[in-house]
This record gives sequence, C-alpha cells and structure tokens, in this order.
Amino acid sequence: MTTQTPIVELTGITKSFGPVDVLKGIDLKVYAGRVTALVGDNGAGKSTLIKGLAGVQQYDSGSVKFEGVETQLPSARAAAALGIEVVYQDLALCENLDIVQNMFLGREVMTGITLNEAQMEFEASKTLTSLSVRTVKSVRQKVASLSGGQRQTVAIARSVLRNAKLVILDEPTAALGVAQTEQVLNLVRRLADSGVAVIIISHNLADVFKVADNIAVLYLGKMVAQLESKNTNHLDVVQYITGTRSMGDQA
Amino acid sequence: MSVTIGSGHEGNVREQISAYKSRLKGGEMGALPSVLSLFVLVILFSALNPFFFTQGNFANLLTQTATLMMLSMALVFVILLAEIDLSAGVTSGVAMALFILMTNKGGIDWRLSILAGLACGIAIGATIGFFVARVGVPSFVVTLGLFLGFQGLQLALLGDGGIYRIEVPEIRAIMNDNLPAVLGWSFFIIAMVTMSALGFYDRRVRSRNGLANRPISLLYTKLIVVAVVGASLVALLNTNRSNSIKEISGVPIVVPIVLTILFLGTLLLDRTRFGRHLYAVGGNPEAARRSGIKVVKIRIIAFMLCSGLAVISGIFNASRVGAVEATAGKAIVLSGVAAAVVGGVSLFGGRGRLIHAGVGALVIAIIDNGLGLLGLPAGINFLVTGGVLIMAATVDAVSRNRSSTTR
Repeated sequence: MTTQTPIVELTGITKSFGPVDVLKGIDLKVYAGRVTALVGDNGAGKSTLIKGLAGVQQYDSGSVKFEGVETQLPSARAAAALGIEVVYQDLALCENLDIVQNMFLGREVMTGITLNEAQMEFEASKTLTSLSVRTVKSVRQKVASLSGGQRQTVAIARSVLRNAKLVILDEPTAALGVAQTEQVLNLVRRLADSGVAVIIISHNLADVFKVADNIAVLYLGKMVAQLESKNTNHLDVVQYITGTRSMGDQA
Repeated sequence: MSVTIGSGHEGNVREQISAYKSRLKGGEMGALPSVLSLFVLVILFSALNPFFFTQGNFANLLTQTATLMMLSMALVFVILLAEIDLSAGVTSGVAMALFILMTNKGGIDWRLSILAGLACGIAIGATIGFFVARVGVPSFVVTLGLFLGFQGLQLALLGDGGIYRIEVPEIRAIMNDNLPAVLGWSFFIIAMVTMSALGFYDRRVRSRNGLANRPISLLYTKLIVVAVVGASLVALLNTNRSNSIKEISGVPIVVPIVLTILFLGTLLLDRTRFGRHLYAVGGNPEAARRSGIKVVKIRIIAFMLCSGLAVISGIFNASRVGAVEATAGKAIVLSGVAAAVVGGVSLFGGRGRLIHAGVGALVIAIIDNGLGLLGLPAGINFLVTGGVLIMAATVDAVSRNRSSTTR
C-alpha cells in the first residue's frame, strides 16, 4: 500500500487571506481506493484546502502532484478534467429535474441535436446499480421527491458517472438521520472499494472511524497528524483536533 | 448487464395509474386542474346557453384564443426561469408598428416587413436579457420600464390615436379565412402520423437500449383520444356555420399555425440541450452554473424567444382586428401571464410546459366567451377570471410546498 503512487500529493501548500495565514505549509497524500478523512475544528483550514483542490481558489505556494505529475488547478473546469469532483454540502441538484437529468446535467448524451434519453437512463441506472444503490424506486423520479440521503446518493453517483478519480465529500452526513447516514457511509465505502480516492470532510468522528482508512488532522492551518484509523482511537484524534497534542508527543 | 433500478416505465397499466396518482399527491399536478376546469366550463356553458356548443362559436373561440395562447406560450420561456416579461405585449405592438409603417408607408414587401418585425422583437428580447442576466436588474423592473416606454414609442411611431389598416390579404387571412376541408383533414392526418411516429420511435430507442417501456395500451389510448377529439373538431368546423347565404366552413388558418409552433416549441423544451438547461436554470441556477451551464446565455436566449414569439401573437392580433393601433398589446400581457399560471406553469420557475399555457389560454377565453354569451355585465367576467387566477396560483404554491416536503 505504501509503495503505491498517491493520486494527489500536496507539498508545502500555503494560502493567506490578507494578513491571515490560513494554510501554513500543508503536506497531504491521498491514495486511490482509500478514504481519507479530513478533520479539524472550525477555522482549521479544511474548506480552504479543499477549494484549492477543486480549482475554485488557488493556493499561494506549494506543489500539487496529480498521479505523480506536477499540476496546476487554475479552475473548477481544469480540476474536473483531471477527474476531481466535489460533492458540496448543498449538493447542487435541480429539484425540478429527475435523477437521470441531474446526473447528466451539463454533460448530456446527444443524438444529433436531440437528447439521447434512453442511453442516459441506461447509464444512470448502471452507475447506481454498480454502487449497489437500492434505495431509489425509479431513476425518473424528480429529485424534489427524494430524501436527503437519496439526494446525497444521487450527487455521489453523479461524480462516479463522470469518471472521477478523486471525489471530495463536504460533510456528506451533516443533515442526515441515523439510517440515512449509514446508507451514505456504505456508499462512500463502496466508492473507495471501486478504486476511487475519496476525501471526506466530517465533524462526526464516529462516522470518520466507520468509513475512513486514513485520518488527516488540521489544526490552525497546519497538518498536525496523519494517522491510519486502525492505529489510532477517538481520544487521540480529539486531542489532535483541539491542539492539546501534536505529532511529537506520539514519538 | 442487468439493470435492477426501475425507471417507472415498467409495470402494467394499473401500476402506471397508481404511480401517476402518487405523483399527483406529491404535488406534480401539471395541467390536470386546468384540463378539468376546461371540461367543467364547457359543460356548464353548454347547459346555460344553446349557442355555446355550436361550430360557429367554436370557430370564434379558437380565433379569440389564438392571440392570447401565442403570447402565453411566449411567456412560458421566461416564466420557466422564474422571470417575467411585462413588455411582451407592447413589444409585439412596436414590432407591428414597424411592420405597418414598412408596408403601408414604405411600400416594402410584406414578407420582408414581417421579418423586420420579428427581428425587432428578438432584438428587444436580447436587450431585456442583457439587462436582466448580465447587469442583474430584476426582470420585473426592466420590462415594466419597457412596458411604459414602448407605449410612448408606439404613439411616436403611429401618431396620436393612429390606426393603420392591414392591406396585406395574407395577413388578414390568418384569423379571418379557413382551410378548405381537404387541407383541414390533411393537417389532421399529418399531425396524427407525427405523434404516432414519435411515440413508436421513442419506444424503439428505449428497447434498443435495453430499457422497459410503458404498456403500449397507454400510447394507443393517448393516440385514440387525440384522434377522436381532433377529428370531431375538424369535422365540426368543416360544416357550414354561416347564417347567411355565403357558406363559411373549414378550420381557421391560425389553428395549424399555433399547433405547429406548439409542437416545435415543445420539441425544443423537451428534447434539446437548450430546453434541458432552461429547466435546470429555472430550477436551481447555482446548480446549473456548477454543472457548467452558461446561465447568462440561456437567460438571454429565453428572453429573445419570448419577445420573438410575442411578435407572432401581435401578427394574430393585427390580423383579427384588421389594423395596427398605437395601443396594441397593452392590455393583453397580464392575461398572458394569467393563462400560463392557470394552465399550471409555475411562477417559481422550472415547472411547466407550453401546452399548459395553451390550455390556460383556452380556460380564460372560454370564461370570457361563455360569460359574454350569457349577457352578464362585463365586470363579472373580470371577477371570475381573477378568481380563477388566484385559485391557480394557490394550487401552484400549495403543490410546490407539498412536493418539497414529500420525502
């Protein structure tokens, strides 16, 4: 596992907004087939780190390697072209459209100048089936009629459909009930098992331990710990998050 | 590869009907309320006045409705974006003023003048779209401003109280002449063949992709219902409806024009990328933007379509009146919005189809026509239409709430 090239390797990433240094030299490696949880208190720099990867905001300095190659991420489009997809907290689905229409929005399959509905419906069903999603009744349901967990599922499946190599999930379980959280976490696990690299931002450590292989902890713009979840525990992570413990203590 | 997730297309007729019912309960009413009220109104007025259900009145009703229906269909494109175009009526008035000056005063070929009118409308639409989508001025304000300004422009172009007679026989014919019986039937047959062909083509593409189809009996039922209604209308209109010696019969020329535009517009909205993106922008502009849709461009095109189609409704109006007046299009625009809403197009954006505007326009025109035949005072007409509009908007708001809470 450790000899594998990381899908994304960040080295020495910095970013400041005026006088405020939000990221102070972050190193992070993300591997295909693994779920990396990004945890940290509010203001630790999680969102800023993610926005850089998504191409929405540029880092000030530092190197980004994608599949071992030095890359720039000047725009969201460039990130998407590499295979980086972000599922935002608000999901960004059109409630008035159905599941198929949402999954193919902006990338419709065409026959001449008309939409190829049949092929899109087939591909959408195939993708959902490959993720073992059984909670939606019909792919022609309007998103307005779906539950929060089902919407999250559609948003994640959309990134899979776009052949994402790295899927970044921003608080995917924040607004969900217990059963739906379970469903979404299972989906995240299957997503990683299918060979996709997953970064998940979460405040819920129970979720993190359930699904993540690696845990990366940010504290005030610094990466204070990168742990394998099987080698650590709840208490340690909380101490890293709150800054009462640093990597040196562990040695 | 087996696909286990249902598309909603499989299952027998009973399952399809129960699925439809649950969609209704979930707030996806569509045109159902307006179609039902259409039936109720027709039965009610037929019972109250024997003249209502006659071919003479039907022909009358169709031509009365055409202008409103066209304007209302034009407005659908912007209402789907949760925008409004209050200037659609006067835009058509300005375009027709340009047309009449070119033909009557300039002696320019009428075809060229019509094209100039359409181009003028589309340019106005582009201007509105620029201010709304690029600059960010609310469409209500932009188009209210144009609504006022264009009334002045119409006066300036045509002079105070200016009325110009339409001299072009082709334009007069649209609302006043009828198709020969044979052509009426031919159009009916072409329409039926097109509908059936589309229906069967869709089924074939679906099964080629390994997808389930709805029971074929549903398609047959739909085709038969349309065929029966259409054939009865054509047959009825092809009989003589004149009270004098000169025979008047046939489908009014405007009917196939409106139906063709309805068909093409529906194809545009349902089957092209532009249509899909229009609904997406209307439903959630931010989601559309993040999906890579050029939101500004979609908005501007929608306003151009709206104004362009509004000009066609202006042509219908001029044809019916037989003249272009300086006040043309001023009064009708609010009825156009009302017709779309009554038909089930949501003012919140993202929901509604062109046919809804058509049905809504029929409802409003029938109220107008039926109450007129009963000889009730004119005030009643406005009261009833207003009441129906508020009811429709309430249904829209309630079903919207319900659809976002049905989980």
